[in-house]
Amino acid sequence: MLKELSTSAAIAAMLFQSASSFAANTGNLDNGFNPAFSLILSGTYGSVQRGPAIPATGFAMNPNPGHEQGFNLGESEMGISASIDPEYRGVATLALDPAGGISVENAFVQTTALGDGFNLKFGRFFSGLGYLNEQHAHAWDFVDQPLVYATFWGNQLGEDGVQLKWLAPAETFIELGGEIGRGRGFPGTDTVRNGIGAGVLFAHIGDDIGIEHSWRVGASLHQTKRVAAESTSVPDVNGSPVTDLFSGNSQTTGLDFVWKYSPDGNMRNSYFKLQGEYFSRKETGYLTYDTAGVNVNDTFSVTQSGFYLQSVYQFVPRWRAGLRCDRLAPGVAQVGALNAGNVISDYAFNPTRTSLMLDYSPSEFSRLRMQVANDRTRQGSPDKQFFLQYIMSLGAHGAHTY
Amino acid sequence: MRSLSAILLLLLSCNAHAALNVFACEPEWAALTQELAGDKANIYTATGPLQDPHRVEARPSLIAKARRANLVVCTGAELEVAWLPVVLRESGNNEVQVGSTGYFEAVQFVKMLEVPSRLDRADGDVHAQGNPHIQTDPRNFLPVADALTKRLIHLDGANTNGYQQRLAAFNTKWSAAIAKWEQQAAPLKGASVLVQHQGFPYLTDWLKLKEIATLEPKPGMEPSAAYLSQILNTLQKQPAQMVLRAAYQGARPSAWIAQRAHLNVVELPYTVGGSTGANDLYGLFDDTIARLLKGLQ
Repeated sequence: MLKELSTSAAIAAMLFQSASSFAANTGNLDNGFNPAFSLILSGTYGSVQRGPAIPATGFAMNPNPGHEQGFNLGESEMGISASIDPEYRGVATLALDPAGGISVENAFVQTTALGDGFNLKFGRFFSGLGYLNEQHAHAWDFVDQPLVYATFWGNQLGEDGVQLKWLAPAETFIELGGEIGRGRGFPGTDTVRNGIGAGVLFAHIGDDIGIEHSWRVGASLHQTKRVAAESTSVPDVNGSPVTDLFSGNSQTTGLDFVWKYSPDGNMRNSYFKLQGEYFSRKETGYLTYDTAGVNVNDTFSVTQSGFYLQSVYQFVPRWRAGLRCDRLAPGVAQVGALNAGNVISDYAFNPTRTSLMLDYSPSEFSRLRMQVANDRTRQGSPDKQFFLQYIMSLGAHGAHTY
Repeated sequence: MRSLSAILLLLLSCNAHAALNVFACEPEWAALTQELAGDKANIYTATGPLQDPHRVEARPSLIAKARRANLVVCTGAELEVAWLPVVLRESGNNEVQVGSTGYFEAVQFVKMLEVPSRLDRADGDVHAQGNPHIQTDPRNFLPVADALTKRLIHLDGANTNGYQQRLAAFNTKWSAAIAKWEQQAAPLKGASVLVQHQGFPYLTDWLKLKEIATLEPKPGMEPSAAYLSQILNTLQKQPAQMVLRAAYQGARPSAWIAQRAHLNVVELPYTVGGSTGANDLYGLFDDTIARLLKGLQ
């Protein structure tokens, strides 16, 4: 608690300092926003018919970020960034939990002077895999992340480590990147040992077609060695919830694409965006069934996959509508003989969800959103969901990535 | 890895002997660089004349072009703040980062108008350094051309003489053109205008137009019907002769007010390529003046 208080005090001091330097610099504004300070305020109202804590069928061993019900203050997000010196730039994003407390979402240093297309980043950052993973919550097109991100990455894969990217000196955008880290975010198990906990490789290619169309496609590979990953409330063959432990290799491959179209290339007036991502994860190792009870250990391997496809259409300035389709496949697990009578190997059910959203942005800095979803992620428990959301940003408004 | 760096070195050494790769943020700076560098530069224009330069995205193609640029020529004053920082950062090109010799901002060489006395987002999308739409006054191109030539010489000293000759020729021709445009525009002096976006202070300052009101309630905010009705009331006391709109802006607000107040809508090219007549820098102002004169009738 004390630590939290002192952190809050430090941030308040930083805020004050930033605000006063801002005022002092009016008129001579080369560094009016140095360091650039921004605050995102957001909140939701959620209405769901089924308990949000129940995971998607077949995904009880994956994260389940769920949804908040009723009026809910979302995470307010504070961002501070500036050049450190001619060689480095620093970025910190702190999430203020509505219940109190502060968590460090991003805190990284990035090189600006390596040249030759190289970019090095180290610290805590969102992994560059996929398309959506690097985007902060305030830039999402829907209230929530696609199912495949929620269950495969706990919404977003954050890593403590190092990222190196290289952009080819070509007419077309060709970017290769790699990351190593401690394996902080799921499916990593936050290794407290020497060495590397998780690694990522990714490649992106993109270009324009005339001035109206632009696209990017990507492929990613994530690898981690999971150590004693505990999952609670996993249903077994008898239907009773147990606690299981998994240790083994986890390898995820992903494909992503995005295509944007805007008449005359004028995004302000109207545009259409279509994007989709697919992930497939193979886990091979040993599963300990019911650690609190019979505690039986045997081999276990499964390949899970999932994808989403979404489109967003800005039909007039300020107004956008979006449609998203989600689908997951829990796969059929190969369960060792000792556990064959305990662990469910085939759920024979594919969780799906369809979401529709409409949002209105009075200015570049504010957005109001409504979303409805037909959620069929839990077998025998279809759910109709409804959300309202506001996202407001104040202070320096950093540029958005593509 | 070794073969990769070999290819890299090869590409770099090729670049060293070729013309300068210039990444121009807006068409007017591409056109000016063309005037000043001729065949010594390969110029890529990052935004089209029908794109709102505030709202361009940091597209992969832009990042790839910035990767190979020797010089980035932009307006500055936060006009490109929504996309250029990402483009430069992701390009991994240390020659064109802000503060290096490969990064050129035009606003640093002209006298800025509408520098806000306070910065508050309640005033809309204000630009701390002043209004960035400097390209609507041709007089601004003279100091920018001078500074840009110095930069070209700094980056490509072998062609110093050529750049100096081109600059001298441009200065002579451009000054003569300004005198011609000012003469043609004489009837416009004191004409009262409405503007759709706060994007014409340099034009109105140059031609001594009288700006009655702006259709956007605050910079960057779409005009609402209620706000437009207020402007109609203002017009009864202070009539205007025409409403100005840049080619990249939506036609509806100016058409709405023009119909009710019986005004002429003047769609201005705003940058090179914004109309068929605006095929180069000279055409840009020839066409702008011609359209304004037509708006008077």
